[in-house]
Amino acid sequence: MQWQVTDVPMNTDNGDINSEEYTPIPKDQFQEELVIKPLHSGDIYASFQFRTIWDTDFSHGKKGMSHYRLFPKSLGQVISKFSVRELHISFTQGFWRTMQWGQPFIPAPPGAELWVWFQDSVTDIDSTWKELTNVLSGIFCASLNFIDSTNTVQPSASFKPLGLGNVTDHRFLRYATLPREIVCTENLTPWKKLLPCGSKAGLAVLLKSEKLFHSSYHSEAVHIRTVCKDWQCKSPAWELRQSLNVVFDLYTSGQGKKEWSLFKMFSRTLTEACPVASSSKVYVDVTDNPQGELFDLSPATTLYSQAVVLGDRRTYSVYDLTKPETFGTMRSLNPLLRWKADAGDMLRPLLHGERYVAGFGLQTGEIHTLIYNNHPYRAFPVLLLDTVPWYLRLYIHTLKVISKTRDNKPSYIHYQPSKDRVSSHLLEMLIQLPPHSVTEVTVQFERALLKWTEYTPDPNHGFYVGSSVISALVPSIVAMDTNNTQERPLFSSFFPCKEESSYFMRVYTEPLLVNLPTPDFSMPYNVICLTCTVVAVGYGSFYNLVTRTFQVEEPSPGLARRLANVIRRIRGVPPL
Amino acid sequence: MAAPLTVVLIVAATIRAILFRSSLAELISERVEVVSPLNAWKRVVEGLALLDLGVSPYSGDVFHETPLIIYLFHFLVDYAEIVFMIADGITAVALYFAVQIYNKNVFRKQKYALEADRYPHDCLELMRSPKEMYYIPLKVAMFYLLNPFTILSCVAKSTCGLNNAVLALFILCTIKGSALLSAIFLALATYQSIYPLTLFAPALLFLLQRLYIPVNLCRTSFWLFTLQYAVMYLGSLCVIVCLSFFLLGSWDFMPSVYGFILSVPDLTPNIGLFWYFFAEMFEHFRLFFICVFQINVFFYTIPLSIKLKEHPVFLTFIQMAIIAIFKSYPTVGDIALYMAFLPVWSHLYRFLRNIFLVWCVLLACSALFPVLWHLWIYAGSANSNFYYAISLLFNVGQILLVSDYFYAYLRREHHLSNGLYLKRKDGTEATLVLK
Repeated sequence: MQWQVTDVPMNTDNGDINSEEYTPIPKDQFQEELVIKPLHSGDIYASFQFRTIWDTDFSHGKKGMSHYRLFPKSLGQVISKFSVRELHISFTQGFWRTMQWGQPFIPAPPGAELWVWFQDSVTDIDSTWKELTNVLSGIFCASLNFIDSTNTVQPSASFKPLGLGNVTDHRFLRYATLPREIVCTENLTPWKKLLPCGSKAGLAVLLKSEKLFHSSYHSEAVHIRTVCKDWQCKSPAWELRQSLNVVFDLYTSGQGKKEWSLFKMFSRTLTEACPVASSSKVYVDVTDNPQGELFDLSPATTLYSQAVVLGDRRTYSVYDLTKPETFGTMRSLNPLLRWKADAGDMLRPLLHGERYVAGFGLQTGEIHTLIYNNHPYRAFPVLLLDTVPWYLRLYIHTLKVISKTRDNKPSYIHYQPSKDRVSSHLLEMLIQLPPHSVTEVTVQFERALLKWTEYTPDPNHGFYVGSSVISALVPSIVAMDTNNTQERPLFSSFFPCKEESSYFMRVYTEPLLVNLPTPDFSMPYNVICLTCTVVAVGYGSFYNLVTRTFQVEEPSPGLARRLANVIRRIRGVPPL
Repeated sequence: MAAPLTVVLIVAATIRAILFRSSLAELISERVEVVSPLNAWKRVVEGLALLDLGVSPYSGDVFHETPLIIYLFHFLVDYAEIVFMIADGITAVALYFAVQIYNKNVFRKQKYALEADRYPHDCLELMRSPKEMYYIPLKVAMFYLLNPFTILSCVAKSTCGLNNAVLALFILCTIKGSALLSAIFLALATYQSIYPLTLFAPALLFLLQRLYIPVNLCRTSFWLFTLQYAVMYLGSLCVIVCLSFFLLGSWDFMPSVYGFILSVPDLTPNIGLFWYFFAEMFEHFRLFFICVFQINVFFYTIPLSIKLKEHPVFLTFIQMAIIAIFKSYPTVGDIALYMAFLPVWSHLYRFLRNIFLVWCVLLACSALFPVLWHLWIYAGSANSNFYYAISLLFNVGQILLVSDYFYAYLRREHHLSNGLYLKRKDGTEATLVLK
């Protein structure tokens, strides 16, 4: 058994010692990896990550950004045209069930999520943001053009830049979610086109939409940020990280047999790495199976890797696709895992959030957010971000935060009330979670009656309210790896880690579906006519009384007499 | 006379205190008939909470009260119940004294006219006796304090009660003849909700009448006094608005309060005509109809002032009713104020044409509002049209009520100058028609 200890990889060791012999790394770099993790619920979690490092000259502005090797030109142009510092976009179908599946490597809320940090040089951020969302909408074939001021917010603390640079001025940040966005093949195809090998070679051959969308959870994301080019961090480089997370329910579709293989999941097997990839690996989580009593993994691999991810030390079997011996005599790799015994209970995730709407009727309601701290003895603070559309009018004075039946006053509240038809509510607060507790955040709202043209099609389906975002530095059980310059598997290096004792974690709650009172859409003409009639009744009766005077009613002469009078007048005789 | 008024005040306060302590208070304060986005207590509390968080209350679209109200409740938020009870008491007492003075004037005028033998001889039936007029001020106070609409409004802590108090003080000061105080209170009422602007005309007419200045556009004394009153009014309005600016240090409240009243962005159902009309409006006609509906409120002032220039108090009553019917966010509190004046016109009873029907409509609608609201919002078995239909009918009822009183007033005046039993040329009994 050969251990590849990723904490101390060989190549950086060399660089450390003989810095004179330091050879410049190739300008652009591409890495791909797939992590497969059997979940305790019997589902399979597959997480793809593709990383492209774009070594470009930042100092020359737009001129230096004109040469593209591996980095997709469409995104490169977006970065330079809109002066983007950092861009994160995700499309998710389904909801990640933290209590059954644990933590995902890259969390994402249901629907579409987009957050962008702009460079300090951007002056009119709102119009740049508007243009950017329209361009991205075209690139990803998604309804991102529906992002406008009513669903865009500027969180003050929840979304810090993940790359280099320590920006704190949240004027340059824009965050928006579209919880109703439906993700499908038309979003996957443009996403695959961004890869250097497309879906022709490497891990991307597995990405066949008929299988990927036949799953319990599907999330694809693009993250662009700046990272250090080398260990000395003298100059920065752009990093494009494309991730695709999918959870298959093979247990029910496989007639109750707990058994999976790559072919079963993706109806493809791997035959080669992407030729331009500097590393191409498949990791299978075998932490729960140290002696091989739980499941069998075949073909057996001699390469193991350990990584500290999400506060836990995990062990992985590694298949390195760049080495020909991985593919064996069949010239294809199809790892197969067969369960022998029932997996034990999962450790409860340390942080977990839930949300629901309480109350009945269509007048008022209450949003309840439950935040669980499952750590047995450590209290830690979390940042809760709530974005509520303007048509649910929040009453901030009804905000209550209760932990262990006691009032738990947030130490920081950033609240931005909504403007009708212009902006949404933004509520951000820092809450200290006591150990082993449930904290309940409640706030009341009132439902507005909208104009009839403002309702979505099928208004009685309800209106979506985007997920709450809970961000926290969770105390870690094992020491975290703070050295960001080292080579580490991609899945463990997404969120930068600043200290050993804690790790960053983001939890998204369920989006809400709220019903609003509706007018009768079929009768605008009737309403206009009826209301105008009532106004006219008021106007008419006052007009009558003001302009007319009382007079004694004289009986009008009969028809015969009037006719006779007409004739008499012609004859010149006095009337009757 | 003071003892019965005290009893009424005590009874009214007891009812309110009991309701404040009961579980009904919360229910009432959520009713859309009782509170509007402009005057809901929940929104006042929200505004104060926003101030505490260091956010301007006008940065959002929840708070639409004027800065003076924030300032008032910044200190009095814990005593809100007492404040609203006192406001109702002030309104009732002010109306009581105003009506008392008004009735004295009316009686004095009647006496002079009788002595001058100005009335036709068959009009003795129409003369008002001191005995009948004696209890009218008390009835007015009772009509205001014990009106269920006022009680609901007070228990819901709707700031409409404060506006009513300001208006009642304005009426009292006008009737007492104090031009400066009248202008100040009118400015305060205008500052609170714009619409009382139309009460400028009746107040001016009353003060002119009191000073024996004829309403004649060619006379300098008329213009002089009009200018004087207008300057007092605009001056105090200016002072109040600037004071609000200095309290908050920004003009944010202007669009948030007055823009909100005039452009009607909040379509929460209420008892008025605006909400459903503008929820169902075609987008390109919205501005046109908003203009039409808002002009409609102010439109009646000039023709009515010309028609009723000899009767400014009745004109005040009609104007307040028109505001309560046609304003953008009406509540039952507005209706309660003009309804308190109905006892003053009790001598018009014999000329009212369809008072029974109108009262039946108003009572039935008041009962149906909560029923249909429940069916629409909670039971889901009705839709918005049901509630809309009732609000429409309620407004028709109010319009008929007011125009009926207007008709009866004009008719009595006609009889007072032309005799009660009119004869045709041929000697048979005549019927009066409007022509």
